[in-house]
Amino acid sequence: MVTEGDVANATVELLRKAVVKLPADVEDALRKAYAAETDEVPKMQLKAIVDNIDMAIKGNTPMCQDTGVTIFYATVPRDCKVDVAKGIVDGVRKATKEVPLRPNAVHPITRKNPGDNVGERHPFINWKIHDKDYIEITVMTKGAGSENMSQLAMLTPTQGLKGIKEFVLNAVLRAGSNPCPPTILGVGIGGSSDIAMKLAKEALLRPINERHKDPEIAKLETDLFEAINMLGIGPMGLGGKTTCLGLNIEYAYCHTASLPVGLNVQCWAGRRATVRIRPDGKTAYPTHER
Amino acid sequence: MLKKLKTPLSESDVRALKLGETICLDGIIFTGRDEVHIHALEGFEKGKKPPVEFKGSALFHCGPIMRKVADKWEAVAAGPTTSSRMNSLEPQFIEKFRPGAIIGKGGMSQPTIDAMKKLGCVYLAITGGAAVLAAKGIKSVSGVEWFELGMPEAIWILNAENFGPLTVAIDAHGNSLYSDVNVKVKENEKKARAKLGLG
Repeated sequence: MVTEGDVANATVELLRKAVVKLPADVEDALRKAYAAETDEVPKMQLKAIVDNIDMAIKGNTPMCQDTGVTIFYATVPRDCKVDVAKGIVDGVRKATKEVPLRPNAVHPITRKNPGDNVGERHPFINWKIHDKDYIEITVMTKGAGSENMSQLAMLTPTQGLKGIKEFVLNAVLRAGSNPCPPTILGVGIGGSSDIAMKLAKEALLRPINERHKDPEIAKLETDLFEAINMLGIGPMGLGGKTTCLGLNIEYAYCHTASLPVGLNVQCWAGRRATVRIRPDGKTAYPTHER
Repeated sequence: MLKKLKTPLSESDVRALKLGETICLDGIIFTGRDEVHIHALEGFEKGKKPPVEFKGSALFHCGPIMRKVADKWEAVAAGPTTSSRMNSLEPQFIEKFRPGAIIGKGGMSQPTIDAMKKLGCVYLAITGGAAVLAAKGIKSVSGVEWFELGMPEAIWILNAENFGPLTVAIDAHGNSLYSDVNVKVKENEKKARAKLGLG
């Protein structure tokens, strides 16, 4: 029988894996970008990034000092009897000390920092129920440099597909060097204002080497990705071939009179990790098998 | 071997640095980001001196992860934060406190470039997110001031050795690599728009 303590311990390990080691798709894309770069200044930026990836793994240390805010996606069995939320919160507290994570969570107005990454509605957990017998928890540790570049556009249906492309391109241009490029972009189309932003973030959970199953959406992903990489913003905004490592889109049906589009910007350190906790307490980390 | 400078930096050290050149630093480096800028400048208005001497210093836009081991602080991860958040206060900060170098990522806006030219200061870019690599250049932590601002916002006094590599991305003569890249990006934007079928 799984206990809150099991969930807390799995959460600590989950966070450690997330901040120390990138998922294989992101790491591969960075190594490919490094190999492809020919210009001296961007090549040096990418070398620092791949060297840093190796050093973080070797030292079991967070790759970036901004260990972000912890955004959780928890999927639980129908008859789940464990207080998964409490397990996650306890795990965050423990991981802040043990990994360590930087205490990033502050009161939004007083800016008071409790020091343990726990506060009102923090960590935030997105819930789902499934018919399986295991608990699945995914965490995204989201740094502020890239999150601050995220945007919402409430377009009109007449602006259509061109409007979507225009919005994404302009947001990337405006973000420029700030979000630690090469970035990963999550685009959420449709729903409503909140759902577009939620989908934009969820789009970042899909590996960047997997295209959307709808061929029209997959084409839009590829077109935007290729166009953005023509801009030459480059690693850290210092010029170069790779501005974007991947671009994923998710969509939802929306009101006939509206076209909301959300963009979530992710830095090169696209940190996400998943744990499955089986009924016997055994854990597996499918994002970190390599 | 990279060109190496030692802090505190003299104005002639700073003025001699060329755009695009890669260097590394030895000596004391101070961290300081949003809250340090706000507090130092508020204090200045009231005639209060900051707890460290910023003249000729290297100010690092960084909120590190620090760990206390047997009563001594050590830097676990210490990469740069986004410098543009300090755009509105940096020109005043440079004028009042006269640092020799700002270390950060992403570059800074024209008023800061102008202040750097006028007062003799450079912007050194360090790779964002490469926090373990950066921490390797921090030999020890000499102390901390304004700790009450929280771990990311405090002034950490870092004893650096071979800290870098750092790219001179804004020099003390009004030049900026970011501005050069922007000119090219403006040109490339036309091709990207054509690809997407945008007018």
